[in-house]
Amino acid sequence: MSDLSKSERHVLAVLVDNEAGVLARVIGLFSGRGYNIESLTVAEVDAAEHMSRITVVTKATPAVVEQILAQLDRLVPVHKVVDLSVDDIPSVNREMALIKVASTGDKRVEALRLSEAFRARVIDTTHSSFVFEVTGTPEKIEAFINLMRPLGLVDVSRTGVVAIARGAEGM
Amino acid sequence: MSGQEMTGAQIVIRALLDHGVDTIFGYPGGAVLPIYDEIFKQEGIKHILVRHEQGAVHAAEGYARSTGKPGVVLVTSGPGATNAVTGLTDALMDSIPLICLTGQVPTHLIGSDAFQECDTVGITRPCTKHNWLVNSVDELTRVMHESFYVATNGRPGPVVVDIPKDVQFASGTYEGPANVVHKTYRPQIKGDASAITRAVELMAGAKKPIFYTGGGVINSGPNASLLLRQLAEMTGYPVTSTLMGLGAYPSHEDQWLGMLGMHGTYEANNAMHDCDVMICVGARFDDRVTGRLDAFSPNSKKIHIDIDPSSINKNVHVDVPIIGDCAHVLEDMIRIWKSKVAQPDKEALADWWRQIDTWRGRKSLAFKQDESGPIKPQQAIQRLYELTKDRETYITTEVGQHQMWAAQHYHFDEPNRWLTSGGLGTMGYGLPAAIGAQIAHPDALVIDIAGEASIQMCMQEMSTAIQFMLPVKIFILNNEYMGMVRQWQELLHGGRYSHSYSEALPDFVKLAEAYGGTGIRASKPEELDAKITEMLDAPGPVIFDCLVDPAENCYPMIPSGAPHNEMILGEDPNAPTVTEEGKMLV
Ligand SMILES: Cc1ncc(C[n+]2csc(CCOP(=O)(O)OP(=O)(O)O)c2C)c(N)n1
Ligand SMILES: [Mg+2]
Repeated sequence: MSDLSKSERHVLAVLVDNEAGVLARVIGLFSGRGYNIESLTVAEVDAAEHMSRITVVTKATPAVVEQILAQLDRLVPVHKVVDLSVDDIPSVNREMALIKVASTGDKRVEALRLSEAFRARVIDTTHSSFVFEVTGTPEKIEAFINLMRPLGLVDVSRTGVVAIARGAEGM
Repeated sequence: MSGQEMTGAQIVIRALLDHGVDTIFGYPGGAVLPIYDEIFKQEGIKHILVRHEQGAVHAAEGYARSTGKPGVVLVTSGPGATNAVTGLTDALMDSIPLICLTGQVPTHLIGSDAFQECDTVGITRPCTKHNWLVNSVDELTRVMHESFYVATNGRPGPVVVDIPKDVQFASGTYEGPANVVHKTYRPQIKGDASAITRAVELMAGAKKPIFYTGGGVINSGPNASLLLRQLAEMTGYPVTSTLMGLGAYPSHEDQWLGMLGMHGTYEANNAMHDCDVMICVGARFDDRVTGRLDAFSPNSKKIHIDIDPSSINKNVHVDVPIIGDCAHVLEDMIRIWKSKVAQPDKEALADWWRQIDTWRGRKSLAFKQDESGPIKPQQAIQRLYELTKDRETYITTEVGQHQMWAAQHYHFDEPNRWLTSGGLGTMGYGLPAAIGAQIAHPDALVIDIAGEASIQMCMQEMSTAIQFMLPVKIFILNNEYMGMVRQWQELLHGGRYSHSYSEALPDFVKLAEAYGGTGIRASKPEELDAKITEMLDAPGPVIFDCLVDPAENCYPMIPSGAPHNEMILGEDPNAPTVTEEGKMLV
């Protein structure tokens, strides 16, 4: 149905009522209709109002993105859906990763040196390993991981993207 | 407002009563016994005991489709719930409002693989509009009220309320349904005024317009049908409809082109293909309707009225989308048309009608009944129509050729009289749906036009009809084949009739009698009228075994993968054939 060559990456913010099964509904919608999920994050953002915010990153043609937005919006517990990847809503995207690198000698020194260039924090260390915490755009995290690969990369844990619109307006 | 103390089971019954429910279709079991106990103690709600939970859901669909009110279903946990899944999916595809109450094992056993436990909300999540697991009696009142709101507002659909047994026993507080404001779900009812104005301008400038209407007009309520008739009359534009929309516009009107789509009329499909302005009212550009998408109505501007924003631009890109309820939007259209003193282009319209009349001249629904030959299925439907058209008649169908022949040769002048499984195409729908319609309209004539294969899928509901003295008539077009499958095998698979012969059929006359009903058989064309009259005169349920030509194919037909203007009109060796690409489609 979708011509993948015309696919674009879109970051969608979905404000939902935090009721049982709401995440399953959103994920089921993507799998059931064959939409792609690149990453998905969710957490409660307003405990008093029982609201959670889901950030989904998807790749699809513009027509399919329009469908995804409409399909999400008609789920009963969904308050609001916003496409944060359109020109009239500039947004900031951030992701965090925890990255474990095990090495000694020159490689260990080089890993530490590079982590400073990326403003990664060392949050755990042994004589033979580091755990770095790095925050930034997915591209920055990707670049850091690639640099760590020859230096003893062991494990990567990423949060997936969270995003928010720039400016004074709320969602 | 102060609440009233009662048990969960009592809350369920009170909420149903407060929402005006007079009938529920159900089947008992361990996990719903407290609710059944409350049903025993009251008289306001009639419980119709079906013979299989699938039947309960289809019966509730028949009730809903023929009344415009939501249907209510009550089933037990585990197998009760899983048996309901086909019906729920059917209702979701055809936008039928249902509230399905399922029993669940007590909350402390959930997740332990308890006896008759299943993950009902998990299983039914993709086949309902919404569902709830009620974890505590404190949530029950709210969920009951919300379930009615969600099922009936916006695009209607089925919902499931899963109620653990301990919640049914627990005592809680009930409050009436006044002032339920849903936290998140607020569908748009009024259409955008500027979009409607743009639509009216397009319509007024049209030279080759067409109304393409669907089940949304029926769902919107009888007023929408009246408004559609009014707008059609004001404009003089031709009207066609999907399978689901039949009856919204009267079939006896000159402006009626018949149904469109795969087995629609030649004139309806060609008019769709050649039109310059298409006014889609409550239809969803389904693949049965559009044929090959990239050749669908290539030169038209398209206006699309739909209550569900996700229907817009899903399959076909439209020029003027209008999100809203059909009746509201049609009303605004009429008002704006009048205020602009819009006049259709009379000359262009006359040319357009001349063109349509040449298509009509092909008489695409014609068939030939040999006096000495077997009964043609079309002839059987035609006689059935002639002998029943002056009564208050509700027609349900199963799925297959007989369904399409019924749509083509039975004619509808009122909404809510035609009940068929369109989106899911569920064999077994017709008999239970007829039971639901008969419950809602005790004095009406309700006929299930059936196939000999489909009818066996929910045949057991004949027992329900007998128990509740429901005089439904089952009119089987018995061609001894899964005819629609046979037709596709003939057209696409070299006539290799793999497992489509209806072997070992029961004697339907004896079967009717075994249930306690009446069985009638007809095999010759000249018998039809007398035997149909005999069926109509019989006081109780009838199975009519109408032996028809087994080789008859359903035409006209747009082969899958073909555009609207490449129809097969009949057994013609030069007819367009199905392409390799078309074979891949369903
Ligand atoms: C539950 C279900 N299973 C399978 C099908 C596929 N199917 C569509 S039509 C048909 C044949 C129906 O035969 P019959 O009821 O005799 O009707 P006919 O086409 O002969 O009029 C089948 C098997 C279906 N629609 N529904
Ligand atoms: Mg058959």
